[in-house]
Amino acid sequence: MKFDQARWTRETPEEGGEVYEPLLVEKSSRAVETDDAPLPDDLTRDGVELPDPAEPELARHYTRLSQMNYGVENGPFPLGSCTMKYNPSFTEDVAALPEAATHPDRSTDSVQGNLELRHRLADSLARIGGMDAVTLQPPAGAAGEFTGILIAKAYHEQNGNDRSEIIIPESAHGTNFASAALAGYEVVSLPSADDGRVDVDALRAAVSDDTAALMLTNPNTLGLFEHDIEEIADVVHDAGGLLYYDGANLNALLGRARPGDMGFDVMHYNVHKTFATPHGGGGPGAGPVGVVEELAPYLPTPQVREAVSDEADDGEAASDDGEVSYERFAPEHSIGKVHGFAGNWLVLVKTYAYIARLGDPGLRDTSAKAVLNANYLASQIDYDIPFEPFHHEFVASAGRDAADVAKRMLDYGVHPPTTKWPEIVDEALMTEPTEAESRAALDHLARAFDRAAADSDEALETAPERTAARRIDQADAARNPRLSWHALDDE
Amino acid sequence: MLDAVGVESEDHLFDIPEEIEFDGTFDIEPRAERAIREEIAAMLDRNHDLVEFLGRGHYDHYVPSAVDHLADRSEFLTSYTQYQPEVAQGFLQALFEYQSMLVELTGLEVANCSMYDAATALGEAATLAVRVRATSGDRVLVPEHLHDGRRAVLDSYLAGTDAGVESYPMDDGIVDRDALANAIDEGCVMVYAENPTVRGTIEESLGEIGDLADDHDALFCLGSDPVALSLLEEPASVGADVVVGDAALGLGAADGMGLGLFATREAFLRQVPGRLVGTGEDSEGRRAYTLTLQTREQHIRRERATSNICTNQAWVALRAAMHVAWLGPDGLVDLAKESVTRASEIADQFDAIDGVTAPVHDRHHFREVVARTDREASAMKDDLEAEGYAIHAIDDHLVQVCVTETNADRVDDLVAAVEAVA
Repeated sequence: MKFDQARWTRETPEEGGEVYEPLLVEKSSRAVETDDAPLPDDLTRDGVELPDPAEPELARHYTRLSQMNYGVENGPFPLGSCTMKYNPSFTEDVAALPEAATHPDRSTDSVQGNLELRHRLADSLARIGGMDAVTLQPPAGAAGEFTGILIAKAYHEQNGNDRSEIIIPESAHGTNFASAALAGYEVVSLPSADDGRVDVDALRAAVSDDTAALMLTNPNTLGLFEHDIEEIADVVHDAGGLLYYDGANLNALLGRARPGDMGFDVMHYNVHKTFATPHGGGGPGAGPVGVVEELAPYLPTPQVREAVSDEADDGEAASDDGEVSYERFAPEHSIGKVHGFAGNWLVLVKTYAYIARLGDPGLRDTSAKAVLNANYLASQIDYDIPFEPFHHEFVASAGRDAADVAKRMLDYGVHPPTTKWPEIVDEALMTEPTEAESRAALDHLARAFDRAAADSDEALETAPERTAARRIDQADAARNPRLSWHALDDE
Repeated sequence: MLDAVGVESEDHLFDIPEEIEFDGTFDIEPRAERAIREEIAAMLDRNHDLVEFLGRGHYDHYVPSAVDHLADRSEFLTSYTQYQPEVAQGFLQALFEYQSMLVELTGLEVANCSMYDAATALGEAATLAVRVRATSGDRVLVPEHLHDGRRAVLDSYLAGTDAGVESYPMDDGIVDRDALANAIDEGCVMVYAENPTVRGTIEESLGEIGDLADDHDALFCLGSDPVALSLLEEPASVGADVVVGDAALGLGAADGMGLGLFATREAFLRQVPGRLVGTGEDSEGRRAYTLTLQTREQHIRRERATSNICTNQAWVALRAAMHVAWLGPDGLVDLAKESVTRASEIADQFDAIDGVTAPVHDRHHFREVVARTDREASAMKDDLEAEGYAIHAIDDHLVQVCVTETNADRVDDLVAAVEAVA
């Protein structure tokens, strides 16, 4: 297969140079004054200048930009820990149903459909994670982490335990550290053992009366299952701490093991990873949080539950027409809110549809194929993979500059793996093919790996050459930040 | 594939101790695509078909079809954060254009390429203020009339700091300048105000609020949205240090799903939360785009990052930028002017109804107004809902209504319904 990404260039005579697709403002720009506004002059601005394209020009601009962008429907996207899988397109259509588009302040009676979907989704997620209650409010995974840590904090405070530390393995996602710090905790970084897993003795030494929680992803970022998880849970629980599960790698465990059964007390789900809701170039996602029963009173408000009808003698929650009705409520010790309204609703609709499509057998098959695909791809490439047995992702060592290898892989029509992380592996290429890739796609990926490995240093250093743009000087971009078209004018 | 890996079945690839293997069921039946469409449609059919006159921080502006069709192109929708810029120029340029539009609308030098919503953007502004004014104090001042959700999220974001939130009084719908002057001191790290306010009033003393904040070395954070920003006073000109808000464009009604705006002065560049797209050059000397200043971010700086945000609302930002471009400056400013006129017109129509006084605040309004009702507001709201209209009841005898181009043609019907139940 040969790859050439679309590249749209245009001469800019006034600058005497050439640019890729010009900015909208460079094509058509217009300043308007606001002096005829139905307001006193001192309450208005003078005017504003913005692009003013006709619709065909707008359509061509964004179509060209889309062609200069790589998504899962262009090819494999094996970014480790990001779980970029194919997103079935029908979920877009159900999320676009006009009946789903309501204002968040609608009365409970008037949005029973939304509340039913929320309730059913929360219930499914709880069962998938082995949790007792779930909030759908956090709008992303990191927001879920923050929510979970605030819940842990409120729980400890309610029980008269002021604890100041969160323990996090050094190979954990950066968001873990940032979320713990945002919640006001000191972070205790836990080094990995020689086998890439949590060093239980080091953990024993790290826990204390100050330990609020241990944040852990399992399998970890090396794809390794923490098989001492029950012992780890005991160590943390014996010290009075809580165990937090980072759901970024849940893809590997669907239907195989549940965080709740492993002793985790609180977890977040990255629905845009595990449940294939399109990631939209950086969001929106959603990061529902599941908790064990003891922590349910601390969930954000509002929560949704079945309403018990006054009239029903049998205590069943049924309305006049026999349908179950739903109500919003504030949990007793709620931490409050982490989103202005109730989270990224349309993402939740897509998640519901995706889970419904798979059901039990599909969810279980997801983990089977995700793990098989990772192992198959690893078996087909000529790279050192220091840690195994891994599950849905593995970390190969590039043996040379991983960033250069990644750039060269772009030329072979695939998105490269995550580079140079986790740092525990030298020149890391953290690879997660996901269950969605066919054998042919995996073979194509493997060839991209091996061709890049066989290429000369010069080919790597000058790569990529077949993408929309050539190698970008990121150091210069950071040294001289130009963050808007206004900054370009100033040059 | 199993042979290549050297196992008999996929099950042999799982390294999970037997004791914690899951052998139960989730009780989730797989369904066919068509069945799921029907199931979800049937569920959503339980939502009542109401004409919404709801606002208070979440606005339903008509989203042009072009936005749906272009943003739904799979190269945008199915891509990830742009860690490999050479193969992600399209999205990076679109985000750069989004940032640029916010820079134009706010007059500030730096805008990030999104937060989750207005509430989380406000929370991030406050944590920024706490960081850059760490030595001076720990008080964050917010207006008495503030959306509950924004206040609650702000409290959550400050839960990990020593800072506390206090509200200052308002006077007939806008900031009470004297009360604010009394409340502010050298211990304030941030003063927050909104334009328009949650009650739809247009703030009249932004410059003075900016001066007050500046005199006390506190950051001035202004809440707004792109439609309002195109017409109302430019934040930079009134001394705003940070602008936050919800986009109100590109998404329509989505049960509260939003797009958090965040813009600030260049002085705070290294303290900005979230992702920034900048220009650079590629090896052919052409202008190209890349995520930049990533050393502020969680994946590099970990617990010393300026924020924990990673996944943001990039695709919604793309939609908002497309929407602004589709409107053009004339369309955007016209939309803003109509937001003023429509609010004033519905206030007049309400005021003509026996038992209703509108607007309650003798101010200029944007998109929405508060009205006083002789009847109990919540009872009136319920009666209107039975007639097919949704409005806010915000106090015992106060209701609030919001008009945009999506419900403007139903205002007369609403007014008739209010007459009937007032």
